Amino acid sequence: MIEVSSLCKSYGAAPVLHDVSLSLPRGGVTSLIGPNGAGKSTLLSLIARLIVPDSGSVTVDGLDVTRTPGPVLARRLAILRQENHLVARLTVRELVGFGRFPHSGGRLTAEDRAAIDRALDYLELAPLADRFIDQLSGGQRQRAFVAMVLAQDTDYLLLDEPLNNLDMKHAQAMMRLLASAAHDLGKTVIVVLHDINFASCHSDRIVAMRQGRIFAAGTPAEIVTPDLLGELYEMQIAVREIDGQRIALFYG
Amino acid sequence: MTRLAAAVLVTAGLALASLFVGVSNVSLRGILAGQELDWLVLVESRLPRMLALLLSGASMAIAGLLTQIVIRNRFVEPANTGTMESAGLGLLVMTLVAPGAPVIAKMAAGAGFAMAGTALFLAILRRVPLRDPMLVPLVGILLSGVIYAGTAFVAYRFDLIQTVLAWTQGDLSGVLRGRYELLWLGATLAAVAWLAADRFTVAGLGRDIASSLGLAHGRVVALGLTIVSLVTAVVVVTVGMIPFLGLIVPNIVSLALGDNMRRAVPWVAVSGAALVLACDILGRVIRAPYEVPLGTVLGVLGSAVFLVLILRSRDRAA
Repeated sequence: MIEVSSLCKSYGAAPVLHDVSLSLPRGGVTSLIGPNGAGKSTLLSLIARLIVPDSGSVTVDGLDVTRTPGPVLARRLAILRQENHLVARLTVRELVGFGRFPHSGGRLTAEDRAAIDRALDYLELAPLADRFIDQLSGGQRQRAFVAMVLAQDTDYLLLDEPLNNLDMKHAQAMMRLLASAAHDLGKTVIVVLHDINFASCHSDRIVAMRQGRIFAAGTPAEIVTPDLLGELYEMQIAVREIDGQRIALFYG
Repeated sequence: MTRLAAAVLVTAGLALASLFVGVSNVSLRGILAGQELDWLVLVESRLPRMLALLLSGASMAIAGLLTQIVIRNRFVEPANTGTMESAGLGLLVMTLVAPGAPVIAKMAAGAGFAMAGTALFLAILRRVPLRDPMLVPLVGILLSGVIYAGTAFVAYRFDLIQTVLAWTQGDLSGVLRGRYELLWLGATLAAVAWLAADRFTVAGLGRDIASSLGLAHGRVVALGLTIVSLVTAVVVVTVGMIPFLGLIVPNIVSLALGDNMRRAVPWVAVSGAALVLACDILGRVIRAPYEVPLGTVLGVLGSAVFLVLILRSRDRAA
């Protein structure tokens, strides 16, 4: 359970989050959607203690994230932000292996190796395992980073736009993977998504944000409606139900 | 593993050769026959010089790798982050304030200044976000130039230019028994960097990823740069500044093996030692009986290799 209470954050004079309170139960996939600058990434980073709030607090299973020791939290919660530049030349397997750092401190055990292999297989990276990251395409690199956080094997998985750089096939595979991590392995997955149709088809909950506030939260059926999306994005959005899935139409 | 053993063997060969190169003629036959003069030169001069080369080469190369990993830039090393020049300034200040202080105290002052200089460099980088990674070492070179200019000005005023030259010119001709042993401390610190290698590699993944993995990123970066500053101060006070070593050795090792520090450090140490041994031997042979200082040989060789590395990375980026 993640409890966010009265969170405020500004960058300089510009406020990014106003008094955000939110409670996310364990399990399932929660998507954060909303227009640019809504504060989605900031909220995700605050939950993962990558940035410090001006006021308010975040607890994960009752642990205050700003006070809990880093290694303790790192076995419970993992985050992957959008832009990940590697300067160091590491192979895919080495990078994924560092996902085990909170567990092993670098000395890999047999259990660690099994977790690394599983993560590599999940993301179809086994054939690329011994390549250097700088020899991969953008999409392959993105998958390698996701494999790293997956190898970290935490209850909570926070991903900021994990579909960046992925083609349709890998984007779909990524969303299915996250859904199965949530439903089969009991993980709690929170993702920032720009594609509202992926959010609609694969989430258990959607949290919509606008101008630094929570705009609405609920099931896809509650959130993916023409009125709500239209107001959220300030544009006309039609919604059709196709094969039992609610699809937003905004291309025309 | 066998390749590393081969590299160690090559380095050992260079070290052995280093013992028998120089003005006064030390021969294997003389050593075996127990010739007094041969033994004297060997024990008092050649052996200390060879050890000084091994230790300073290995520890400076590791310091370079560590700088690149924690600052997250391929083209930095203590000689272009303000670290090395600040160490020199610290030594000068110590010479002025407490001329009779023991070498270890001078070294400590040098290390303190080196840390402050590195911190200043990092502060500048934070203020001026640079889009091109190539600009980072340029900023560092500018800063180093300013610090060195200040050092030279003060030295000139107090008639200490000769003294400063001894630190700025990496030169091993003055190394004798009793004047290099501090380098063991530098090598020990470099070994600490190896023990904490995984932490440094994780820190090198960037603040966000490192924090997500539970690492106290700021503290590990500070530890890394402290080790770099201490190693640099030790090397500057004993043999003087050795440019480019910390730059080219880790880059070449990285091309072949990558940057996982635990794997890279032994290679970087062995290659760094081999490179300074080779350059020092070259400097002693090239216009014997005179010597070309190690710093000069490495400056010429290193800048050429550096250019190749930069052009290569441009090609890869394009």
